[in-house]
Amino acid sequence: MPVKISDKIRMMTGNEACAEGAIAAGCLFFGGYPITPSSEIAEYLSRRFPIIGGKFIQMEDEIGAMGSVIGAALTGMKAMTATSGPGFSLKQENIGYASMAEVPCVIIDVQRGGPSTGMPTLPAQMDVQQARWGTHGDRGVIALTASSAQETFEQTIHAFNLAERYMTPVVLLIDEITGHTTEKVTLPDYDSIERVDRKRPTEPPETYLPYKYTDDCIPTLAPFGTGYRYNVTGLCHNETGFPTNDPKEIERLILRLTEKIVKNRHEIINCKRTMLDDAEIAIFAYGSVARSARQAVLQLREEGIKAGLLEPTVLWPFPSEIVLKIAEQVDSFLVAEMNLGQMAREVELASKCKASIHRLNRVDGSPISPPQIVGKIKEVV
Amino acid sequence: MRPAKIPTEELMTSGHLACQGCGATQAMRFALKALGPKTALVIPACCWSVIDGPFPHSSLKVPIFHTAFEAAASTASGLKAGLEMRGDTETVVMAWAGDGGTFDIGIQALSGAAERNEDMIYCCYDNEAYMNTGIQRSSATPAGAWTTTTPIKHYKKRPKKKIIDIMAAHSIPYIATASVAYPLDLIEKFKKAREIKGTRFIHVFAPCPTGWKLAPELSVSMARQAVTSKIFPLMEVTDNGRRWSVWKDFEPTPLQDYIKAQGRFRHLTDEEIEGIGRETERNWQELLMKERISLELPGLESE
Repeated sequence: MPVKISDKIRMMTGNEACAEGAIAAGCLFFGGYPITPSSEIAEYLSRRFPIIGGKFIQMEDEIGAMGSVIGAALTGMKAMTATSGPGFSLKQENIGYASMAEVPCVIIDVQRGGPSTGMPTLPAQMDVQQARWGTHGDRGVIALTASSAQETFEQTIHAFNLAERYMTPVVLLIDEITGHTTEKVTLPDYDSIERVDRKRPTEPPETYLPYKYTDDCIPTLAPFGTGYRYNVTGLCHNETGFPTNDPKEIERLILRLTEKIVKNRHEIINCKRTMLDDAEIAIFAYGSVARSARQAVLQLREEGIKAGLLEPTVLWPFPSEIVLKIAEQVDSFLVAEMNLGQMAREVELASKCKASIHRLNRVDGSPISPPQIVGKIKEVV
Repeated sequence: MRPAKIPTEELMTSGHLACQGCGATQAMRFALKALGPKTALVIPACCWSVIDGPFPHSSLKVPIFHTAFEAAASTASGLKAGLEMRGDTETVVMAWAGDGGTFDIGIQALSGAAERNEDMIYCCYDNEAYMNTGIQRSSATPAGAWTTTTPIKHYKKRPKKKIIDIMAAHSIPYIATASVAYPLDLIEKFKKAREIKGTRFIHVFAPCPTGWKLAPELSVSMARQAVTSKIFPLMEVTDNGRRWSVWKDFEPTPLQDYIKAQGRFRHLTDEEIEGIGRETERNWQELLMKERISLELPGLESE
């Protein structure tokens, strides 16, 4: 991003940049619960929100935190929470509720090692499949990731925009390294930031249908308190929002919850590409691992190995078409991640056997370093 | 000279990982002296999930079951049931949780266990905030205090949750408060609890120099002043929540001294401190009234 005179340059941790990104996105509500390594987001907003007219509530537990976010979001506010592994697990039922009732909100998961209490102060990327399948039932999911404080700032804003546009909870998955690393962040003039607000009803309350079936599959939920009376429920419902047992209505709803994301996936999916044009081996990495991968690519190129990097900044929906295209070009993929191959499975599925898939996994609470990636690639090549 | 009443056996050893002057470690040391080696601990996420130490070291000579944050009382319920089914009626199961794991995220499990009158000791060591995650407020944080989520500009205004009242409303056989500044009393209460069947709840006041912005050597003195300034009364509720008895045999000290010694209250004006004083006095009088009423009403077991 080119620096302008109006920009402010700050030294911030990823967590602080996330909190600042929420403010920049127009978020004014935070419901949270202390959990390492995400607590700094709550602490930052507990200081800032009361000053700028927002509300910070420290809730009694993780479940309550997610509940409060849904409640606030229904009034039209942009609302968020932040957590880590164990808290992300506890929030799953309510995240499913937000998907079902189509309540836009943002959940930040600063990943630490699991399962269970796991490694509270050490990084991991073990929640990426939980972000997809953590709650029960079929639904479309949007999950983003970020590899630096700057990206965390931008992706937090993006998360709110996607949530409002597609009327769905959006998860931003960073990890302990990104959350706790202090680095330079360029803050743009907040007035210049593109902010998306959810659709508002244009029809009068008498003819208003909150979950009306439209071509874009996205409902128009009037903020509570604006004169539009409707029903919000976690039960399967029809266009009015009231529960239904009609198989046709149920099927239409469940398909729509997935379709609204799948149909619009080209608008949502985003990947950063580094030296992929002539690459013979592609690294697939995201989050803080992508930073090591970038370094590794430079080093490999110096040594004459044609390596490139595909770095998805949106994990869900998965960039299957992009992966397939690269698979047709390269000999092999190396998927480097701080888990036991959660996204490697997806790369395997998407590449349809066009390239061989290799894995570099680390689950010991230590980051994946550039030499490790370089070493693995030399082994593979 | 060591008072003869304190058992000499140490079930908590040196080499733990707590901060200097940690009240929670003192509480554990005394509690285990009272309960003895036939004790199984259930500890949810809290300072004590760390204090014990990493492998291969453990500062405790009793088995510990580290459980999820919200699950101390429910895990302890299952543990006790399992032990009973295996014929072990001797081992005391003690859930040992911080104030966050008791007052906030753990209260549903605690309430459930108390309503079922599960045979366990539930001890809340209260350092008045989420100290292990970096001093965030809990519902045990007193009014007026700074924490990292109740910054000085908008410090905590709501009072501490009255957990003893909540537990008394569950009609469990034994409830007590204790303080690390009064180890004899603390040990006696844990010994008493050991002999009772059913849910026993003990609320231990455990200063946190790190979180309270307090010199570590003042930890015990602060705990004592909390009692003598009536902000944390020592008491027992017996007879299934009906008989209240409050310890009054102390020389009262000014609340000002207690508040002003701690950095977390530094921003408070004299007026605000007076307000806290009035609230403290009111709570004290209310407590004495409960004690009187509990004696006057018929139906006490001791009658």
